Amino acid sequence: MADITVTVNGKAMRRSVPDHTLLSEFLRETLRLTGTHVGCDTSQCGACVVHVDGRAVKSCTTLAASVDGAAVTTIEGIASGSDLHPMQAAFNDHHGLQCGFCTPGMIMSGIDMVNRYKAEGRALTPDAIRHELEGNICRCTGYHNIVKAIEDAAGRMTSMATAAE
Amino acid sequence: MYAFDLIRPRTLAEAVAALAEDGAQPVSGGQTLIPTLKARLAQPERLVSLWNIPELRGICEDDAGRLCIGAATTHAAVAAGVADRFPALAQLAGGIGDPAVRSRGTLGGSVANNDPAACYPAAVLATGATVVTDRRQIAADDWFQGMFATALEEREIVTEVRFPVPARAAYVKFVQPASRFAMVGVFVAQFADGVRVAVTGAAEDGVFRWTDAEDRLSDRFDATVLEGMAPPADGMIGDIHATPAYRAHLVGVMTRRAVAAA
Ligand SMILES: Cc1cc2nc3c(=O)[nH]c(=O)nc-3n(C[C@H](O)[C@H](O)[C@H](O)COP(=O)(O)OP(=O)(O)OC[C@H]3O[C@@H](n4cnc5c(N)ncnc54)[C@H](O)[C@@H]3O)c2cc1C
Ligand code: FES
Ligand code: FES
Repeated sequence: MADITVTVNGKAMRRSVPDHTLLSEFLRETLRLTGTHVGCDTSQCGACVVHVDGRAVKSCTTLAASVDGAAVTTIEGIASGSDLHPMQAAFNDHHGLQCGFCTPGMIMSGIDMVNRYKAEGRALTPDAIRHELEGNICRCTGYHNIVKAIEDAAGRMTSMATAAE
Repeated sequence: MYAFDLIRPRTLAEAVAALAEDGAQPVSGGQTLIPTLKARLAQPERLVSLWNIPELRGICEDDAGRLCIGAATTHAAVAAGVADRFPALAQLAGGIGDPAVRSRGTLGGSVANNDPAACYPAAVLATGATVVTDRRQIAADDWFQGMFATALEEREIVTEVRFPVPARAAYVKFVQPASRFAMVGVFVAQFADGVRVAVTGAAEDGVFRWTDAEDRLSDRFDATVLEGMAPPADGMIGDIHATPAYRAHLVGVMTRRAVAAA
């Protein structure tokens, strides 16, 4: 067993998990945070993407024991109360989902790319968004509305950050 | 996931000691090994994590001007960290898989694994880099020994790769559309004493140097000297994505593009 101390969605906790536990299993089965989805066995679909210390990772391809000491954010942790995160709101407004299975991963990847491009001062163009989504597969939407949602959310996140300053 | 023990050392010495146990194998970013374990293609009893060993991480320069990159440095950290000093390598690292794979996957894992379609082996071989382990230093030309085969011995840990920085270089990859690995990837590196060309994704024996192209480019570094040239299709990979002849043709095209981009 591995003793780990992690902060999940802002809540610090200590848990003992079998060494071979995947982060996706820890989140879904131990913590019952089932918003993180598992869509494949081959690390390719991105439905399981969460943030570890602010970076997008595939939780199905990360051992829970290896996030000891880290801060993990899942889809459950991004809204403030009943106010959706701007990325969630944009997916809603642009119909960026149909069945919704890929959506948690899309949203976590979307937030990650907006944050990275902003930090590097690069423009997140629709082309860049498509390229950045290489690790997220959607079987329903055809991607167009996902790209529109992320583009719109990037604007909303920037104006939010400016308003907060 | 089936059960195994995970050891989490904090120093290289502890990792070396942990690997002395029977049935132990290192795990770095896990971006290749974890999917392999899920598919039961390997079932080690004990994994030794290299993830939290500070001495295996980071980027620095040695006296010879080589970039020394720790084995557990992630693809994302290399993409960000060498952009000014070695843009071709930064671009290669920034084009591996997808952003989530790049935030965990590491240089050492890629070089130890030597997947025939992996990107890093092309950079290591084209620059004539040196692979450093817990016990020795090995030239790139001796390191890669065929598909998924390297000079790595049992229980040996790659600690660092030292890259000579070329005057001009570029990596151009034709992606396999489903996996984003290289269907063919070519790294071209021009040094004062000649040009080296390394090809990944194409050959059954894994990464290789295309010496005919190297000879011509060493005379004149210009894409036109390779007009109409391609390596023999013999020994190239043939699968549902591409025939050996197609891959051989792509090697010519990608090499010309890499020279033009360098
Ligand atoms: C969806 C997806 C797309 C990908 N696309 C690409 C791509 O386009 N191009 C590309 O090149 N790669 C690609 N990869 C592979 C990725 O780059 C891996 O990160 C890399 O190949 C292995 O690094 P790792 O740190 O994850 O190694 P691990 O998975 O931890 O280990 C891989 C192997 O190397 C051994 N090992 C690891 N570190 C060491 C060490 N320091 N010393 C000795 N042995 C060691 C392990 O025992 C294991 O056998 C992709 C992976 C995924 C999941
Ligand atoms: S479930 Fe993690 S990539 Fe598919
Ligand atoms: S909305 Fe169904 S998989 Fe994307």
